[in-house]
This record gives sequence, structure tokens and C-alpha cells, in this order.
Amino acid sequence: MHYISEILPSLLSGAGMTLQIFLWTLIGSLPLGLILSLGLISKIKPLQWLINFYVWLMRGTPLLLQLIFVFYGLPLIGIVFPRYEAALFAFILNYAAYFAEIFRGGLQSIDNGQYESARVLRLSYGQTIRKIVIPQVVKIVIPSVGNEVINLIKDSSLVYVIGIGDLLRAGNVATARDVTLVPLVLVAVLYLLLTAVTTFVLRRIEKRYSYWK
Amino acid sequence: MLEIKNITKSFGDRTIINKLSLTVKDGEILSIVGPSGAGKTTLLRCITGLEQVDSGDFLVDGQPFDPYTNRSNDSVIGVVFQNFELFPHLTVLQNITLAPTMVLKQSEAAAKAEANKLLARLNLGDHGDQYPYQLSGGQQQRVAIARALAMKPNVLCYDEPTSALDPNLRQEVEKLILSLKADGMTQIVVSHDLTFAENIADEMLHVEPNQSK
Ligand SMILES: Nc1ncnc2c1ncn2[C@@H]1O[C@H](COP(=O)(O)OP(=O)(O)OP(=O)(O)O)[C@@H](O)[C@H]1O
Ligand SMILES: [Mg+2]
Repeated sequence: MHYISEILPSLLSGAGMTLQIFLWTLIGSLPLGLILSLGLISKIKPLQWLINFYVWLMRGTPLLLQLIFVFYGLPLIGIVFPRYEAALFAFILNYAAYFAEIFRGGLQSIDNGQYESARVLRLSYGQTIRKIVIPQVVKIVIPSVGNEVINLIKDSSLVYVIGIGDLLRAGNVATARDVTLVPLVLVAVLYLLLTAVTTFVLRRIEKRYSYWK
Repeated sequence: MLEIKNITKSFGDRTIINKLSLTVKDGEILSIVGPSGAGKTTLLRCITGLEQVDSGDFLVDGQPFDPYTNRSNDSVIGVVFQNFELFPHLTVLQNITLAPTMVLKQSEAAAKAEANKLLARLNLGDHGDQYPYQLSGGQQQRVAIARALAMKPNVLCYDEPTSALDPNLRQEVEKLILSLKADGMTQIVVSHDLTFAENIADEMLHVEPNQSK
């Protein structure tokens, strides 16, 4: 017990870092993913083509590689990001690609009749997207977005490789120093707590959207 | 008065509508009948601006207009779709007030008062706060009619208003369309139910599949 209370502060501060990366990545990648998905369904071919390439690149290579590329690779051609910014940059770009694909699927499942009915009511494209399309897409994509969000909590541990002091690193350091399993078990418990809370929040959001079919 | 002169519409090299003309006088009902594939829906989609005609003219009260590009709120053509296309995430009241508030810039209160009048008029008084999935087919259709009427259209168009409903409701629809006529509404009704079409029509237009395709 005494040992736990001794290492807990450092683990919690690591968990704080994990949470920060988690939240900023969501704040950055959800809107970016939405914009990209509108491009994916637009009729402008070159734009579609470009975004498809981007999505393919981001989903087709490991996030770990992308992290290493941004932090260790880009400086070789003169683009230097501090650690934390490098991590956010890579995570946001990567997750935006996944979200773009999910939103594209959601957008395409909206019946064309909904657009036509908005059109004969004289709603503009922007009004149609905001008032008709997005609320329906949100409901459709919540479960898939939720999966990615849970993944992100665990993926955030990849920042370990560029030397950021997140939850995993805090546990690993303590285990190596004190030669005991306890910190790693605690790390697992903290991750489980984070995912449990997130799952709970996601359920609540899902429920909020269950008022219509 | 709505006049259509010599309109032609092709999909690729198939001409669906060939030099068709028609006139609907104010307050009258035009029934468009014809076999499946004759182009009734296509004609209605041209009139309501969902398809662009290849050639021909549209006149409302003698003024030329192009339904495909027209965005003015003065020569509105309302549509009741075959499967209604209500917005599933909005209540009945919100379905009706959305366009009047966003497009006609009516105040929330004014739009709501107007919508409630329409609901009462269409025997939907108690359903304002329900969602479309909670309504029967006939009720959904009347919401679609109310939603179209709230935009104060010059002409109201229906595509197969009896097809998605229980056959017993046919007479209800007849009565409703005739009662809107009594209020002075100009209407165009597409149907392949000949008896129904004849019962309501002031004028009939028979369309046949174009031979030259
Ligand atoms: N977007 C389109 N692209 C190509 N062909 C089309 C398109 N829409 C309709 N058509 C063709 O135009 C013809 C007329 O179709 P339309 O839907 O207008 O017939 P309809 O008279 O409404 O038939 P129904 O009574 O079955 O509803 C059909 O042969 C159809 O294949
Ligand atoms: Mg049809």
C-alpha cells in the first residue's frame, strides 16, 4: 500500500499526459475528419482523389512509423517539432483519416431524398448539411467513432517511443527501477478506468440520440 | 397559372420527355397519368427543379422562370414525395417550421403559429411534438403536405400520393386534395391510379412512353 501511494503521483501525472494527448487529438481530428469527409463526397474529382490518397497513406502505414517520421525524420529536412507537438501532429493527422472514412460512410448512407426534400424547401447547401445531414450522420457514426476513441486511449501509449512521459512510460520507469510488477498492474488499472469512463460517456451520447429512429 | 412549353428531357441518348406542353390554371388540379416508365416522375422532377430540362420554357403567371436554378421565394413549387422524405430527427413541428424560419426568415413564434394552424387544418393537431417514425403513413403524408404548404407555394405537386398508403386511405387523400383546392391551392398530381386521378382532376394529361428512344 505504501509503495502504491509512493508511485501513484508519477503514474497520475503520466495519465494526465495521456489524457491531454487524447483530448487534443479528438478536438483536432474530429472536425478535420468531417471536413475531409465532405471532400470525399464532393463532386470535385481531384479533391476526392487527393483526400483518398491521404486516407490511404494514413491508414496504410503504422501510426508508430508516422510518429517516428514526424519526430526523428522531419528534422533531417529541417522541419523540427518539439516532442509534444510532434505527437499531436501525427495523432491528429492519423485519426482524422480514420474519422474521414467513418464520416464518409455515414454521409453516403443519408438518402438522396433527404437532400432533394431540403432542396425543394429552398434550404442552402450549408443549411442542409448543418440541419439535416450532420444530425443524422452523427447518430449513425457514434458506434464506429466510439471504437476509434477507445483505440485512441490505448494508441496514445505509442508516444512512449518519442520520449514523452505518458502513463505507460511512468509505469515502465517505476518497474525497471524498483523491479516489481506493481506499477505495470497499476498502469493497466488506470487504462481500464480511462476506457470505462469513456465507454460510459459514449453510451450516454448514444442514448441522447436514441429519441428518433 | 403555370405554363410549360415544349420541354424536352433526355437521360443520355434516351429522350424521356419530348416537346411536352401543359398548363395548370390557378386553383385547378392537373392529373398526370400514364403507364410505368412513361416519365411521370421525371416530368414532376423537371417541374420542381430537381432535374434540368434540355430545352423548353416555364412560365408562372406569364413570367418566365427556370425551376432548376430559381432560388427566389416568390415562385415556389412545393413537393410531396412518394415516400414523403420527412426529416426523421426533427419533430413534426420542427419539420414544418425549419424552412420558414431558415429560408423565409420568419420568427420562431410566427412559424410555429403558422405550423400549428396547418396541423389543425390537416387533423394533426396533437402530433406536433412527435417524431415521424411515431406516425402512420397517412399522418406522415399530411405532415409532408403541411411542410410544403408552410412555404406558401404557388403550386403543390404530388408523386403517387396513394401508392405508399393503405388502399382504404385513397378516398381520404382525394378529400384532402379537393379541400386544398377549395382553399385555392393549385395542384399537380401524378398517379397511375386512373379512377383516383379522374376523381380529383380538372384537367388530365396522359403521358406515354416515348417511342423514339
Ligand atoms: N436519373 C435517371 N437516369 C437515367 N434514366 C432515368 C433516370 N430517371 C428516370 N430514368 C428513366 O426514365 C424513364 C421514366 O422514368 P420515370 O420514373 O419518370 O417513370 P414513371 O412514369 O414515374 O414510372 P412509374 O409509374 O413506375 O413511377 C424510365 O425508363 C427510367 O429508366
Ligand atoms: Mg414514378
